[in-house]
Amino acid sequence: MRIAIKNGLVIDPANKIEKKLDLYIENDKIVALGKSPNGFAADQQIDASGKYIFPGIIDLCARLREPGLEHQASIVSETKAAAAAGITTLCQPPDTNPIADTNAVIELIHQQSEHAGYATVLPIGALTQKLEGKQLSEMAALKEAGCVALANVFPMQDTVVLRRSLEYAATHDLTVFLTPQDYNLSLDGCAHEGAVASRLGLPGIPSAAETMAVGRDLALIEEVGVKAHFYHLSTSRATQMIARAQYDGHAISCDAAAHQLFLTEFDLSDFDSNCHVIPPLRTERDKEGLRHGIKNNTISSICSNHEPWDADDKAMPFCATEAGISGLQTLLPLTMKLVEEKVLTLSEAIARLTSGPASILNINSGSLSLGALADVCIYDPNIEWQLTPDSLISLGHNTPFIDWYFKGKVIQTLHAGKIVFQEHL
Amino acid sequence: MSAQLDSNGRLKHFLSIDGLNPSILTEILDTAESFNALPEQSVKKVPLLRGKTIVNLFFEASTRTRTTFELAAKRLSADVLNINIEASATAKGETLLDTLRTIEAMHIDMFIIRHARSGAAHFIAKHVLPHVSVINAGDGRHAHPTQAMLDMFTIRRHKPEFGGLCVAIIGDILHSRVARSQIQALNMLGIGEVRIIGPKTLIPAEHQTMGVQVYHKLEEGIKDADVVIMLRLQKERMQGAMLPSEGEYFRLYGLTEEKLQAAKDDAIVMHPGPINRGVEMDSQVADGSRSVILQQVSHGIAIRMAVMSMAMQQASHAESN
Repeated sequence: MRIAIKNGLVIDPANKIEKKLDLYIENDKIVALGKSPNGFAADQQIDASGKYIFPGIIDLCARLREPGLEHQASIVSETKAAAAAGITTLCQPPDTNPIADTNAVIELIHQQSEHAGYATVLPIGALTQKLEGKQLSEMAALKEAGCVALANVFPMQDTVVLRRSLEYAATHDLTVFLTPQDYNLSLDGCAHEGAVASRLGLPGIPSAAETMAVGRDLALIEEVGVKAHFYHLSTSRATQMIARAQYDGHAISCDAAAHQLFLTEFDLSDFDSNCHVIPPLRTERDKEGLRHGIKNNTISSICSNHEPWDADDKAMPFCATEAGISGLQTLLPLTMKLVEEKVLTLSEAIARLTSGPASILNINSGSLSLGALADVCIYDPNIEWQLTPDSLISLGHNTPFIDWYFKGKVIQTLHAGKIVFQEHL
Repeated sequence: MSAQLDSNGRLKHFLSIDGLNPSILTEILDTAESFNALPEQSVKKVPLLRGKTIVNLFFEASTRTRTTFELAAKRLSADVLNINIEASATAKGETLLDTLRTIEAMHIDMFIIRHARSGAAHFIAKHVLPHVSVINAGDGRHAHPTQAMLDMFTIRRHKPEFGGLCVAIIGDILHSRVARSQIQALNMLGIGEVRIIGPKTLIPAEHQTMGVQVYHKLEEGIKDADVVIMLRLQKERMQGAMLPSEGEYFRLYGLTEEKLQAAKDDAIVMHPGPINRGVEMDSQVADGSRSVILQQVSHGIAIRMAVMSMAMQQASHAESN
C-alpha cells in the first residue's frame, strides 16, 4: 500500500521542519518527504491542502483498564478513542489487574493492542513486585518482554527499596517513572490544600507533598545516575526544582497532564467530582508555573493522564469518588489551545506531544523521519467544535471539559501506514 | 452554590451559607423569631407543613441536631421519618444514590441530610426529584448551616447591632463544619470582626481568604470580644499528632472564668454542644451567667422550623406556577 499526502503543512519538530511538503508512505514506513521517490505510484492520494501534517501523538500515561477492569473500558475501546484524537502511541502504567510485573501481562497487552490495531501500546512495567514497594521486580525479564520504562505508580515509602530499585533499573539501562507524591502528606487528601479546600472542608494535599518527594527522589537520582522521569507535576515549585537538576546536567525529565494547564482549585467550587484528580488541581500560580515549564521545555511532554471511569464511580460525594479525568480526546485540543493563547508556538506544541515524549522513552517514533513508522496525524486547524458526551469515543465520560469549544480537529490518523481514523464531515 | 435558590431568589435547598445572600439570612432570622414564642403557647403546633413528609436521613450519629429537626418538623405538622444509616446500608453494598432513590420512591417532600463526607448534601441536592428540598444537617468538614443560623439568632437576641461586634471562635477550626458556616454567616451579616483562635495544626490553610483574623493565644484573641464561641474538640484529634494532650489543650485554649476576663464584661459564651467539660471549657463558665448554651438549643428548633417552612413555601409556589 502506497499513500501520498499532498499539499499539507508538515510540522515535524524532531527534524525542525515546518513547511508545506508532500509525504510519501509505503507499507508501514515513511519513505519520502518533499519529492516523490522514483517510480512511486500512490494507491491512495490524500489532499491535505490547508491541513497540518504531524507525527502521531505519544501519550506518556493512559489507563486503558485492560487487563482487570474491562467492564469500564478496554484496549480496543480506548485505543479507538486515541486514534480519533491523533494519538498513535500510549504508555499504560503498571497498575492493571494483574499488575504488570511479569512478562505474561506485558505480552497480553502487546497482543491485545496489536490485535486492535489502532495504536501502539507500550506497557510500563512495575518497578517492584505487585507495586508494593518491597521487592524488586524482574526488571531484566520485563525489558526483554518489551518494557521501555518502569514505574511504581504509588508513592514509595521505603527509601532503601527505592534506591536499590533505581540502581537495579540503571544496571539494565531502564528509565524509571516516578510519582512525585509523599505518601503520608497525601494519604487522606483529595484536593489542593488551599483556599478552596479550606472553604469546602475537603481534606487537603499540600504542595509540599510534591516538592518533598521531588527533593527526596532527586537526591537519590543524582547519586545513582539513573534515567528518571517524573509523572504529572502539579506545582510551580517542583517544576523549578527539576529545571535546576536538568541545568546541573542530570538525565531527568517530567510531564504535565493537559488538564493541569487549564484548571485550578477553583474548578472544584461546586464539588464537581470530574475535577477530582491526583495530583490535585492547584493554584493559578501553579498553573502559570507549569505553563512556563512547558514553554522552556523543562516539562518536555504533555500527557492525558487518561483515567476512564463509570458514571457510578463519580456519583458520590467528592472525596469518595475515584480520581481521574477521561483525557485522551482533550489532549491535543487543549495543547492547541496553548498555541491559541500564545503560550506555545505551533512547533513547540507538537514537540511536547511527539518528539518530547519520544526522547523520554528513547523510542524511534514521534517524527516523520525517513524510515520511521508511518504514524501520522492530519489536522484541520479551522474546524470549530464543541465537546459533547456524544462526541466521546472513550467509554469514560468523566471529563470537566464537556461544553468547551475548540478550534481545530484531527481528520485522519494513520498508524503504521493504515488509516485508523477518518473524520466524517 | 446558587443551586440553593430558585429563579425567583427563594430558598429551595439549604446546603451552605456560601452562595446565599444577606437578605435570605435575615429572612431566616426573622421567620425564626415568629416561631420562637410558640413553645410558650398551650398548643405548640402550626399547620404550615400539614401533609408533607420529611425524612431525617442521618449517615452519622447525632442527638441534638436530629431531635431538634424532628421536633421542628412536628411543630410544623409534617410527618417525619427518621432513618439512621451509619454505614449499615453501605456495608450491604448499596450506594448513596440507590439509598436516596429508594426513599424518594416513598413520595417524600424533604430530606434532612447528615453525612461524614464534605459535599454530600450538595451531591444529594443535585440528584433529587425537582420538587424535593434538601437541608444540610452537617456534611463532613464542610458546612452546618442551620447550626450557624441558630448561633446568629442567639447573637442577634443578645447583641442586635452586628456592625460593631467582635466574635471570637476558639478551637478546632480545621475540622469544623460549624466554624466554616459561622464564619461565612458572620461575614455575610456584616459582623465587625471575626477572629479564630487555635494552634496552627487546627487552623485551615489560606485562612486569610476566609475573612478572619487568626490568633494563636487565647488571651489575645478574646480581648474585648463581644461573643466567645467555643468549638467541640473531637477526641480523635489527640491521635494524628494534631495536639499533644487534652491537658495542654485545656491549659492553652480551655475557657476559664479567669481567661474570660479579657473579653468584654457583657460578652456571651456559646458552644454548639456537646461540651467536653474540662477540655474546651470549665464547668463554671459552661454553667455561668454569661453562657447562652442552652438557649442555643431551643433557638435551634425555631431556626429549623424557619428553614423548613421557607423551603416548602418555595415548593408550593413552584407547584402553583
